[in-house]
Amino acid sequence: MSRYNRHIILSEIGQAGQNKLFNAKVLVIGAGGLGCPVLQYLTAAGVGTIGIVDFDIVEISNLQRQVLFGTSSLGKNKAKAAKQRLKDLNENISIFAYPEKLTHKNAIDLFKQYDIIVDGTDNFESRYLINDACILTNKPLVFGAIYKFEGQVSVFNYKNGPSYRCLFLNAPKEGTVPNCSEIGVLGVLPGIIGSMQANEVLKIILGIGKVLTGKLLCYNALTLQNTVLQIKRNDAIIESVVNDASSFNEKLSDFNCELEYLEISIKDNIIEENIQFIDVRESHEQPKVNGLNVSLIPLSNLENNLDKISDSKKKALFCQSGIRSLHAVKLLHINNIDNCFSIKEGATDIIEHIKELQNISSNES
Amino acid sequence: MNITVKYFGQIAEVTSKEEESLEFTGTLISDLLDDLYSKYGLLKTKDFQVAQNQELVSIETKLTGNEIALLPPFAGG
Repeated sequence: MSRYNRHIILSEIGQAGQNKLFNAKVLVIGAGGLGCPVLQYLTAAGVGTIGIVDFDIVEISNLQRQVLFGTSSLGKNKAKAAKQRLKDLNENISIFAYPEKLTHKNAIDLFKQYDIIVDGTDNFESRYLINDACILTNKPLVFGAIYKFEGQVSVFNYKNGPSYRCLFLNAPKEGTVPNCSEIGVLGVLPGIIGSMQANEVLKIILGIGKVLTGKLLCYNALTLQNTVLQIKRNDAIIESVVNDASSFNEKLSDFNCELEYLEISIKDNIIEENIQFIDVRESHEQPKVNGLNVSLIPLSNLENNLDKISDSKKKALFCQSGIRSLHAVKLLHINNIDNCFSIKEGATDIIEHIKELQNISSNES
Repeated sequence: MNITVKYFGQIAEVTSKEEESLEFTGTLISDLLDDLYSKYGLLKTKDFQVAQNQELVSIETKLTGNEIALLPPFAGG
């Protein structure tokens, strides 16, 4: 096939190597700064089956580094938007989008369907979940993580090599290590680190070169210094993960617990309260909600309009169906704006509810 | 003994430098950390692992190498 000619003419790859790529199944978790370049190169290389897990949506501040997305992707789920772009890049492969959060409940079944797992997430909770699920399903884990101008790359759980827990046993205390959305990141850095991850994936599939196992590569974009540190496998740590397998499914993800108190219903008598209502839909979206004091701040531009959000009042955000407004609440939370809630119902239901209230009050008078 | 200490990520922010050369008279890596804790107060609040001559080691290891690195975990992606 002429598409893969530049691979096939390499004696180290050839048609046999290209066939290996086509038969490989890779699951990429997180279609963000790291996930985008990983997905782009694996798709272009002709990896035959690619899964994308991401529950999040594309925001304007993502476009500085998440190179699969454009302005037309704003407000869309990342896994789905990435799949759409990748289908255009290579229609000959199978791409599966999982627009959901990876949890202890779904991880094992999902990982079993793939050969290699790529970690492109942005939080420790997911990183340890992925590591442990890779141990339990015996899948190699291609790890990448970034901080401002520095990156870390490694391949864990590969041919009896060490796991992420052999390097850092437990997650640091919450809030002690900031992520990109809190502290910033040089846009090209995840491009470099993600490309290194894609390179490790291809080497594992093709069986060429030296896989970065038992080592952590530390890259500094400002000094161009590469430091490679040796990591030893700690059998006791890995064994304890294996021994804990039976309780794995029962572990609750913190995120899912959080959701419940971030959401409210329009029927919870919130209209009477001193609340700032925020419509996070784009300006052209209908129907408009009248009769309430509503601020119009589209999700795609939310972070540039934080000054329009009341400090003192409770904030109730809404959109067409309650999905984008929930993301908006999380976004505000990241920006240290609390006392925000997402209305579960969409704009149409809210209008309906206002009408009902008006009918009741006119009947009473 | 003269050693070079390298700092990564948030640790380099606490020390305001990416590496430094130090004169060390103790025995264990934990002794070196005690010196660093008294020099950089915030260091104690940070999570990190220690590498000696590019190899991850426990802090109870005897300090024999000439290069020590303090490596924090990164969350970002």
